[in-house]
Amino acid sequence: MPAAVYGLNGRELADGRILVNIGPQHPSTHGVLQVIVELEGETVISAEPELGYLHRCFEKICEGWSYPQIIPLTDRLDYISAIFNEWVYCRAVESLMGLEIPERAEYLRVIMAELNRIGSHLIAVGTFGMDLGATTPFTWVFRVREDLLNIFELVTGARQMYNYLRIGGVKQDIPEEFPTLIEQFFAVLEEFLVNYETLLVKNPIFVARSKMVGVLTAEVGLAYAATGPFLRASGPRLDLRVSEPYSVYDRFKFEVPTGTNGDCYDRTVVRLAEMRESMKIIRQALAQMPAGEIRAKTPKVLKVPAGEVYTAVESPRGEVGVYLVSDGGTSPYRLKWRSPSFVNLSTLPELVKGTKLADFIAILGSIDIILGEVDR
Amino acid sequence: MAVSEPSQQKIYLPAESVTDPEIPLANLVPAGLGVHLKRLVQWGRKSSVWYLSFGIACCAIEGLMAAGGPRFDLDRLGSFFRATPRQADLMIVAGNVNLKMAEVVKTLYEQMAEPRYVLAMGSCACSGGPFRGSYNMIDGVDQIIPVDVYVPGCPPRPEAVFQGILQIQAKIMAQAEKGARK
Repeated sequence: MPAAVYGLNGRELADGRILVNIGPQHPSTHGVLQVIVELEGETVISAEPELGYLHRCFEKICEGWSYPQIIPLTDRLDYISAIFNEWVYCRAVESLMGLEIPERAEYLRVIMAELNRIGSHLIAVGTFGMDLGATTPFTWVFRVREDLLNIFELVTGARQMYNYLRIGGVKQDIPEEFPTLIEQFFAVLEEFLVNYETLLVKNPIFVARSKMVGVLTAEVGLAYAATGPFLRASGPRLDLRVSEPYSVYDRFKFEVPTGTNGDCYDRTVVRLAEMRESMKIIRQALAQMPAGEIRAKTPKVLKVPAGEVYTAVESPRGEVGVYLVSDGGTSPYRLKWRSPSFVNLSTLPELVKGTKLADFIAILGSIDIILGEVDR
Repeated sequence: MAVSEPSQQKIYLPAESVTDPEIPLANLVPAGLGVHLKRLVQWGRKSSVWYLSFGIACCAIEGLMAAGGPRFDLDRLGSFFRATPRQADLMIVAGNVNLKMAEVVKTLYEQMAEPRYVLAMGSCACSGGPFRGSYNMIDGVDQIIPVDVYVPGCPPRPEAVFQGILQIQAKIMAQAEKGARK
């Protein structure tokens, strides 16, 4: 946005309206998002997200790097749910190469991805509580998340940037004590979910701040191609794990939680319910998982046959997709990232029109954006 | 302003002298006043390094949120997040700075009151990290603002951030001695 807008910050416009810059340094923008809000009194007339503060040239860098090199780089896009980025990228490369993935590797991918979904939703509900002024959920969430990160550290060696998936499989197998640790963690998580619901979700202040605030109708959501729990809170039962089952998701029994109103409250409830479903999936996967190889044989210098492919997986934020064009060389000719945060964020001007400025923060928090993925 | 000579008597740290009943508070006042006062001030500054709540990218989750969270708890060192640069002493640059962001980071640094410190967290803020050399990046935040402590890693663990903040504290205390030697 031009410098002229900076100059108008906080000034009164001709007809009594006020322009306010929110961000890029703001505690509630979940990163370096800038939103230019036009206010009349305290009512939001229009809001325009301003992007690019975290543009890191990801797609261009990929064109110069070899295929296996790109996997750790994808971690840095949606840095809260890194496994999904690796997964969608690996799937794109594998489908162009026509690789067969060992079954055990697919199960390991599912388990780690669903664990990561829990971690991501934990942060989403915790920071949403903070956006509404409740600090306790935030500390609770991080206490539980540390238990989860211990497990991640044990399996992948890292707390946040896992670099766990490989083209054709995964890096290493889970240790023997893994199922026990998972059950211990689930006990902690279940207690947290019950406590969180009692503390926050049933809290009258929370209900008043989030019920019927930032309502996204199913029509608007679908028109903007929104995905993930953000859209499912409005009603549509759209989940790639069910509608186009990839990997081994067709072997598990789980529900797709949906909401009815499409407000901030429903989005939180849907996220909490999804954590319970992820627990179900992990338990089933651990029970079904066969023994065997964890990685398919791939050549040392990886060359991908010429062609193009689009693959997508259901990340905690929605459909994360990769459009990959190969010219037969060792690095992609073009790699386009479809990030759910970016698409979901584009509904923001629609959602906040006519609301109060305080609700604007709540609505932005409930979309659950990751700026690394929005700007790429 | 004339700087008084350091006194010949044994120098007590302010914290000790306040808690130890055998040392009268008046001992702080005479000849070595400049040194003592400087130490007192720096000790106060060291014990409350408030950092700016300003996460740019991935490192913010580890360096600001997890480090400030229950397990690691930066409050133990007297560090607490502030939402505005006017109240902050330390800026943890947690993430990569691109050309568009550089202007903002610089403005934020200028808005902070002196003395101010900068901790470059993660490979990107130190030297550009995996994105080094691309068309939109600043390879290291030290190209736009002065950096006191570098914490490498991608992302560094919260323990590493702790070490960085301890280094900042050591630096603050060293500044008191430096002032006394003048």
